[in-house]
Amino acid sequence: MTSLPAATGKKLGLVIDLDTCVGCHACATSCKEWNSTGYSAPLTDQDAHGRDPHGAWLNRVHSYEVGDGGQSRTVHFPRSCLHCETPACVTVCPTGASYKRADDGIVLVNPDTCIGCKLCSWACPYGAREYDYDDGVMKKCTLCVDRIYNETMAPEDRVPACVRACPTGARHFGDLGDPASAVSRLVAEREGFDLLPELGFKPVNKYLPPRARKDHAAPSAARELPISAAPGSNVDRFFAWVDKTLSR
Amino acid sequence: MPRDEPDIALSQPSGDEIKTTTCYMCACRCGIRVHLKDGKVRYIDGNRDHPVNKGVICGKGAAGIMTHTSPSRLRAPLKRAGPRGSGEFVEISWDEALATATDWLRDVRQRDPSKLAFFTGRDQSQALTGWFAQQFGTQNFAAHGGFCSVNMAAAGLYTFGGSFWEFGEPDWEHTRYFLMFGVAEDHASNPIKMALGKLKGKGVKFVAVNPVRTGYGAIADEWIGIRPGTDGLFVGSLIHELMKAEKIDLEYLVRFTNSPWLVIDAPGSADDGLFARDGDGKALAFDRKSGTIVDATRSDISSALTGTFKLADGRNARPAFALIAERYLAETYSPETTSTTTGVPAETARRIARELAHAAFEQQITLDIPWTDWTGRRHEKTVGRPVSMHAMRGISAHANGFQTCRMLHLLQILLGSIDCPGGFRYKAPFPRPAPPANRPARPSGPDTPLKGAPLGFPQGPEDLLVDASGKAQRIDKAYSWDAPLAAHGLMHMVITNAAKGDPYPVDVLFMFMANMSWNSSMNIPAVLKHLTETDPATGEYKIPKIIYSDAYSSEMLAYADLILPDTTYLERWDCISLLDRPISGPDGPADAIRQPVVQPDRDVRGFQTVLLDIGARLKLPGFVTDDGKPRYPGGYADYIVNHERMPGIGSLAGFRGADGKSYGRGAPNPKQLDAYIDAGCFHHHHLTPEQSYYKHANQAYLDWAKQVGFIGDAKPVVFQLYLESLQKFRLAAQGHGTVVPPAGHRRRIEQYFDPIPFWYPAFDGADGRAFPFSAVTQRPMHFYHSWGSHNGWLRQITAENCLYMHHDRARQLGIADGDWVWIKSAIGRVKGRVRLMDGVNPDTVWTWNAIGRRGGAAALDVDAPEATRSFLLNHLITELLPEREGGYRFSNSDPITGQAAWYDLRVSIERVAAGEARETSPRFEPLKPPVPAEKELAP
Repeated sequence: MTSLPAATGKKLGLVIDLDTCVGCHACATSCKEWNSTGYSAPLTDQDAHGRDPHGAWLNRVHSYEVGDGGQSRTVHFPRSCLHCETPACVTVCPTGASYKRADDGIVLVNPDTCIGCKLCSWACPYGAREYDYDDGVMKKCTLCVDRIYNETMAPEDRVPACVRACPTGARHFGDLGDPASAVSRLVAEREGFDLLPELGFKPVNKYLPPRARKDHAAPSAARELPISAAPGSNVDRFFAWVDKTLSR
Repeated sequence: MPRDEPDIALSQPSGDEIKTTTCYMCACRCGIRVHLKDGKVRYIDGNRDHPVNKGVICGKGAAGIMTHTSPSRLRAPLKRAGPRGSGEFVEISWDEALATATDWLRDVRQRDPSKLAFFTGRDQSQALTGWFAQQFGTQNFAAHGGFCSVNMAAAGLYTFGGSFWEFGEPDWEHTRYFLMFGVAEDHASNPIKMALGKLKGKGVKFVAVNPVRTGYGAIADEWIGIRPGTDGLFVGSLIHELMKAEKIDLEYLVRFTNSPWLVIDAPGSADDGLFARDGDGKALAFDRKSGTIVDATRSDISSALTGTFKLADGRNARPAFALIAERYLAETYSPETTSTTTGVPAETARRIARELAHAAFEQQITLDIPWTDWTGRRHEKTVGRPVSMHAMRGISAHANGFQTCRMLHLLQILLGSIDCPGGFRYKAPFPRPAPPANRPARPSGPDTPLKGAPLGFPQGPEDLLVDASGKAQRIDKAYSWDAPLAAHGLMHMVITNAAKGDPYPVDVLFMFMANMSWNSSMNIPAVLKHLTETDPATGEYKIPKIIYSDAYSSEMLAYADLILPDTTYLERWDCISLLDRPISGPDGPADAIRQPVVQPDRDVRGFQTVLLDIGARLKLPGFVTDDGKPRYPGGYADYIVNHERMPGIGSLAGFRGADGKSYGRGAPNPKQLDAYIDAGCFHHHHLTPEQSYYKHANQAYLDWAKQVGFIGDAKPVVFQLYLESLQKFRLAAQGHGTVVPPAGHRRRIEQYFDPIPFWYPAFDGADGRAFPFSAVTQRPMHFYHSWGSHNGWLRQITAENCLYMHHDRARQLGIADGDWVWIKSAIGRVKGRVRLMDGVNPDTVWTWNAIGRRGGAAALDVDAPEATRSFLLNHLITELLPEREGGYRFSNSDPITGQAAWYDLRVSIERVAAGEARETSPRFEPLKPPVPAEKELAP
């Protein structure tokens, strides 16, 4: 079994805003696209134009309805590896192929030593690992480790492909171990939460809950519109107001 | 087992080279960067400098590599070798293909050019394709707007000289309230997504009025699950409330609209309901200061908006505004009355009206931007009412869409929120005069070009394309009494009309990029019959020759006689031109190009280059030099640079002139494309702050717009709240004038051509009791405008569509989640699987459109779920309404514009009997595709 670093220098991860995710799948296909040729290559598809198209994706978006009637809402939920602080997927690995990086906390799979036994995917309660059937090894989100330190890229592009792509700005990348980082402040401000914290794996990635809906008028606008009490029909009153206003 | 961490190559370049171009995975036209490795496409991301997407990319754009490498790409020109529909083709050379097309077209042009019907689908090069039609001499040209959103475009252009999306957008930076109607995800997709993220961050309220709560509506602060086709009634109730509460911007109306113009009140007269005009044709208004009737456009008067005034000839006239107010203050539009039809509670409508009034009048925005209006009056500040709106196909694709869209604009204008801070902002080259000045060109004779562009904007019956008996002169009956303001044509009726010879048969049907034998037509079984019908006397097909150009193996291919294979979007030159469909922003006009970032690996050619080649072979004026040589031997790239529509004005506005430094007007610059490539494949001109708002009346903007050729005169655009053009048609229906509708059309014209927007029930002819549900469609965001192939990644996300319905109604019908049902309409039935949900209007069912494919299409396996389990509602939508007076059947379209009324469909739902197959029906015989299914190619 594989051991974890005692502590990691940074806790790199994602903050995903469920208030603004519209479920467009830009993060999912951008991830697929980058990782089909990057560190995770190949990221294969089976039967892509056939009866049962499926393949390995490191990031997927699910859409749910939550609640009923007036309380119900539609939530789009992007799902990928949470880079847990104490990930069972690593400790369960018989070969040491799954590991958590000591510097930045990214959980990776070494394809050279992965034997494709799938123990890690059974151990992960978040369903974040994807077995690549053609490649015979396990694949997972790498936080685009081959982008974020990439000196051949412009500094603003050194973020995961999903973050680079997201049109609504619902995805944020940074060091969640640094309370002063932009992502940590965002989590504090928006009351970001862990997925299934009770399982104790301490996910690094955080989700921001949907903001309270403004489905009732703001207090200043809440009062009834003043309706003139002048005599006559709606039209008479309105025309009297028009004439008065234009005469001012 | 602690281990050393393996070494990872962290700084591998993304490729050998990065090239910019413009995305074409949908109509949004974002700037992209294509990363190339070993000469192949490795990765595509958004261009941060680009004005449309500012670096982001959508789910489709990032999957473009799979469309580019799709196994369904065509490989070479094809000639039909078996009966239509058999899928038997032989590959031919381009020489043979072009010679064949030219022979067919030359013959048509010599006899009667209107026997060519040239319809170009999701065309982004209409400045070229429309010009080809004009020079060829056929009026039978249009792109796909008639079955998309012409109601939205035409209503805006006729009303205020702009429109949503390409011609304007909310002032995202300053707006304080955003109201979105209907399916609108599929236009301006990335800009809206970017804006919604920001609005929500700033706490701006976002309201989605839509029968279905998905996509953008899912993150709205408030979802109003309205019944389809009743949006106009809801908007009317907001206007009713705002008027009752005296929350109308009267100063704005007097200054910028035709509200004060006097309307003649003389029932029975030939000019009843028209504007009273002086001897010079100028509209009149009553000046309260002088107590006289004067030229309404004078800037020194105090116009009346109410009252009745006696004209010089003794007749009465009333300000247009008074008529508008009387309509909306009537009980017809009270929230109590409208709620029973819209399903929106009266209290909700009243509250939304309050919130609009609050945002508009109590959160007024003042920017420190001085500007000068057209009267010469200087304003030290720019003041705005920060209420904004967006709508697109949802409210557009109903038979009441034009009037509904007009009503939405009326609401914006009553609030004073057009082109002000926080409201709607025009995108140059808009605004333009309302109504637009250009009229559709009339048919010409043999070997003769049209005198103008085939598409335009009629302003009265005299502009219609009808013969002396009132019969349509266009194959789609655009600009006839069936659809007088059909500004984008009716592509959805071309095949039906041509096969029936109504109004006449054609010789050649030439189409580009539109899947008309599948998801772009109504009543597919009938369309397939029309495409294969023969004349019993001659044995010849009713539509004798069909030329089709596409890059992919769509359902349409099997019904074409000659196929011209197009390139993918990464292999071609294109221009996104200000003469066509711009990508401008409110801060200034922008245009763009596509450059070939890779070369085709097969025998395909860009359609526009092919069209220029055919034009030159036909020796069409403008396509050849004086000595008959091709004028643009370098193909589309040559045309983009060197074609001048007017002296100094061409496809691209940037980098003109010999030195490449002119904007808008300037001589062709041989290095223009290089300059665009150096600039990231786009050019964005920034307006000065003083030109940026109130552009319809801003002298600095208007002067500049005239100088660069966007408008003919630097005159203000006056908003046409009262649309006199419609009244002219109505008068004709009453028998006035020389061009009058045939008897069977009169009642219909009189009913719908109301100069003041109104709501009427949209109706597909079905009995509402037998078919209790409205049925609508939308596309998943990752399939917006999927005009190409099915994509090997995107279909892993969605390969099957279901019918979504409200769980309460399903329970009443004994239907459970996952059940298979028959969806029945007045013309047929389709089998699909049901999914239950909460976020849908209970009287509405809906599905994802264009997921279903015919077996064998798009190089998918014949047993792909798109063919076995997915379905189209198109089979249920009638293309012709039930018979009216005299047995005539109108198309299932808006009576004013001819917009396809997709969303008026009514259906019933019934669980399938035990033992019935759990698969879709109908299933058409699988196509034998010219491109067989094969395993995907690695990217």
